[in-house]
Amino acid sequence: MNEEITPVLETRHLGITFGGLKAVTDFNIKVYEGELVGLIGPNGAGKTTVFNMLTGVYLPTEGSVILNGEVLNGKKTHQFVASGVARTFQNIRLFKQMTVIDNVKSAMTKDTDYNLFSAIFRTPKFWRIEKQLTEKAMDLLAIFKLEGKANQLAANLPYGQQRKLEIARALATNMKLLLLDEPAAGMNPTETAELLECINTIRDRFGISILLIEHDMALVMNVCERILVIDYGMTIASGLPEEIAKDPKVIAAYLGE
Amino acid sequence: MKNRTAKGYILNTVVIAAILIGALIIQSVFGKNQNFKLILVPSIWQCCYLIILAASLNLVLGFLGQLSLGHCGFMAIGAYAAALISLACQRAGIFTDAKGAAFVLVLVGCILIAGILAALVGLLVGIPALRLKGDYLAIITLGFGMIIVNIINNLPFAGQEGLAKGSAAASLYKNGLGFGTASKVTYLMVALAVTLICLIMMFMFIRSKYGRAIKAIRDDEIAASASGINTSYYKILTFTYSAFFAGIAGALYACANATLSTSSFAFTNGGILNSTFVVVMVVLGGMGSLTGSALAAIIMFFVNYQIKNGLWVKSLTGFLGGMFAYPMLVYAIILIIVIMFRPKGIFGTYEFSLINFHRDIKNRRAQRALQKADRKGGESE
Repeated sequence: MNEEITPVLETRHLGITFGGLKAVTDFNIKVYEGELVGLIGPNGAGKTTVFNMLTGVYLPTEGSVILNGEVLNGKKTHQFVASGVARTFQNIRLFKQMTVIDNVKSAMTKDTDYNLFSAIFRTPKFWRIEKQLTEKAMDLLAIFKLEGKANQLAANLPYGQQRKLEIARALATNMKLLLLDEPAAGMNPTETAELLECINTIRDRFGISILLIEHDMALVMNVCERILVIDYGMTIASGLPEEIAKDPKVIAAYLGE
Repeated sequence: MKNRTAKGYILNTVVIAAILIGALIIQSVFGKNQNFKLILVPSIWQCCYLIILAASLNLVLGFLGQLSLGHCGFMAIGAYAAALISLACQRAGIFTDAKGAAFVLVLVGCILIAGILAALVGLLVGIPALRLKGDYLAIITLGFGMIIVNIINNLPFAGQEGLAKGSAAASLYKNGLGFGTASKVTYLMVALAVTLICLIMMFMFIRSKYGRAIKAIRDDEIAASASGINTSYYKILTFTYSAFFAGIAGALYACANATLSTSSFAFTNGGILNSTFVVVMVVLGGMGSLTGSALAAIIMFFVNYQIKNGLWVKSLTGFLGGMFAYPMLVYAIILIIVIMFRPKGIFGTYEFSLINFHRDIKNRRAQRALQKADRKGGESE
């Protein structure tokens, strides 16, 4: 790995304690541009906690998160997003009472460059920007084959499409690093295969880095370039998929000794 | 699509113009009619500020999803600001009676300033209050509403007695903006126009990035901030924007009433300017539907009018008669019935729109037919 390049994401000794419980300790990761890194571990290992720290939902008690060379300690979630990190959630969190296209457009709010005056008086600038937004949102929906459902309520989408919409919404924030929290959870093999295809498409098209939490080992071994394994909040292994699959510590963590 | 939007705008403009022109014609034809002057016109004024009030609370309650119980506090600020400023203008000799260009200028200026002052207070209240959520926000806004009313109560130049201190019965329009019957008829257009403009401004807000952002916050605050929405900023902005319109509603209230008294804005007040009454209007109309709020405001005005003035109510005796003596009880029952049988309110999140009305009705019928067929299919199996 070339050390000259600044990683998209870097954490240094990241850790958090809830009361007396050390949920995550000494978590170090470097994700470079265009990489797809997997984060795996048994249930309750602290994977989602790591995600919450990487997006500013939890305030880490130790260490720091560095995005594109910018230290983000103590920033708020929307400031994390502004610096280029977006995520999906383990249990889908869509804006259920909004239409599919509005879900995507709402994620573009921070880059929507008109003010209250333009909005109220419907200036030409407003129309121009709204038109651009609609086009951009439709493009994103098209990647996920959701363009036909643009005007439906998000709550009415089937499960697999809700997952996809969540990814589309995350993409709409114009991020450099995408955090996917169990995107294939609850999907059948066909849907998982479709998802895999989508992930590859968006990587090629947007050149983003992805950090992926997943329990579907077939998916993880298939797409990830590197894998990090955590258990009880500690990193127990990291390396190429083939190495991880043979690592005795990982096998022990998953199957017991 | 774009074409349809443009058509919708044209249609709305035409209908709004038709309403205003129609009102003008009615005004000139029935201007001398006693019932028109004494019943219909005051009712329209009252409906106007109730519509603005309900719609503005809907921004916070229905679109932002935060329960605020202090909305009438902002209305009180608007009402007192408009009344005091117009009174000062009159004393300074800018206008002598409710006629002429100078008066109209003062009137419009007062309405604007009332809104801006209320918005400023809304901003000040919103910054600390919106750190809280749910019940806690409801309690703190309730408190702020009461504090505002109490502060006005203790102002040396306004006071509990109301603005017409000692001269409550004096000719109305001599006290600044407070309109008499004749002025209410003359300036009916102002009330209608202000209401329409306010509603349009709220619609434009909802149908822009602001509306999307606050609806996102309502649906899922964590996901909204993870989508890059600065949740505190948009919450405070919406609260302030909503307070602005509450202030304007207050200014209209000041115009429509001879005297101002803080007790009409107090939480304990059994009349219609009680923050709970406004919440009932919003819930009845549908949280997340501005047109629903407008409709509900008119319905609730009618209910209130019947309770106060309806002959059939006066003829009630016993338990029912007793109940109608306490209007709050009736509103509470309405709220319970709405929540039990139609929790979404009359409109839910549906917005009435002229251009889509026909299509929406068709879609709904088709949907109903489908559901019915489904149910029948299920039974026959």
